[in-house]
Amino acid sequence: MLGALVIVFREVLEAGLIIGIVMAATRGVAARGRWVSYGVLAGIVGASVVAAFAGAISNAFEGSGQELFNACVLGTAVAMLMWHNAWMSRHGREIAAEMKQIGTAVSEGAKPLTALAVVVGLAVLREGSEVVLFLYGIAASGTSGSALLAGGVLGIAAGAAFTALTYFGLLAIPTRYIFSVTSWLIALLAAGMASQAVQFLNAGGLLTVLDGTVWDTSWMLSEGSLLGRLLHTMIGYSERPTEMQLVVYLSTLVAMFLLMRVVRYSPSKREVAA
Amino acid sequence: MRALIVTLAGLLLLSVAPARADDTFTTTIKDHQFSPAELKVPANKRVTITVINDDPTPEEFESHTLKVEKVIPGKSKAIVRVGPLSPGKYSFFGEYHESTAKGVVIAE
Repeated sequence: MLGALVIVFREVLEAGLIIGIVMAATRGVAARGRWVSYGVLAGIVGASVVAAFAGAISNAFEGSGQELFNACVLGTAVAMLMWHNAWMSRHGREIAAEMKQIGTAVSEGAKPLTALAVVVGLAVLREGSEVVLFLYGIAASGTSGSALLAGGVLGIAAGAAFTALTYFGLLAIPTRYIFSVTSWLIALLAAGMASQAVQFLNAGGLLTVLDGTVWDTSWMLSEGSLLGRLLHTMIGYSERPTEMQLVVYLSTLVAMFLLMRVVRYSPSKREVAA
Repeated sequence: MRALIVTLAGLLLLSVAPARADDTFTTTIKDHQFSPAELKVPANKRVTITVINDDPTPEEFESHTLKVEKVIPGKSKAIVRVGPLSPGKYSFFGEYHESTAKGVVIAE
């Protein structure tokens, strides 16, 4: 039972971290709870579908289907996170200002919430399909199934608790700074996802240039450890990154930064263009 | 006697040669255990490992050092591409049954 709890918790953890950051990043935006819930629900449905077709996906594209699928999911999430950050760098300050004044939610733009709902959905889809397959395996093997299943359910509960912890931890940041902090978190999250996507393309044999290992810090911080896993999700920590992963990681950060600079809303300098 | 040694050496070479030629290796999961659990692969080369899951339940072939994470449904197989690896030992495991499903890739 403990084993099942740990395995499920580990998978839920990654999606939970992303949801916690997304919730904090949309603080003060109306109806965000509903959007995030839609994302989670769609993700769970998607995870079940992916799990059901795991064999077909895996065998597609000469056995590289799963890698290609993961790379596409991650790539889409990166694009959505960029979109959100661009929007936030334009409107974040207004929202923060309004929140300070009236202390309530503001009803601004549904667009970036679509983006973040998609990010949440994809995170749940990716990690959730593994949970579904694992729980299915338990259910199929019978015998000691119920205890393991209970472990799995407890694992999901523990993951949800961790999401809440992330969220409330981030809420402790003063309103003034919260959007700059979450923007940075989202930028690092996106860069990490982009670098993971590169690794999946490499594992699928689709992108094999610059595949030398840049460093090996497995002796210091293993990706298998809890901290290693958290950092892997949050900032894209890799114990043995390839050159291509590093290049894509940094490029994503630079692209994100430039995009945010270009669209930045600055009322003192000019009127808002339509 | 000498002929026997030559024949044995020849057979040994023959048995090794095909694997070296296309750099494809196979391991099978049965009762949540890998067999063989130890794969000797050439270093500094891309290598393909076919993982056959003979169990009815799904398994996730995972290795942090090989940077692989791949779900294999029950009664099916998956192709895992790794490397180029510098010489050394790289452990892998089945995430859904980590206590029994363990193995190592040795690059040399």
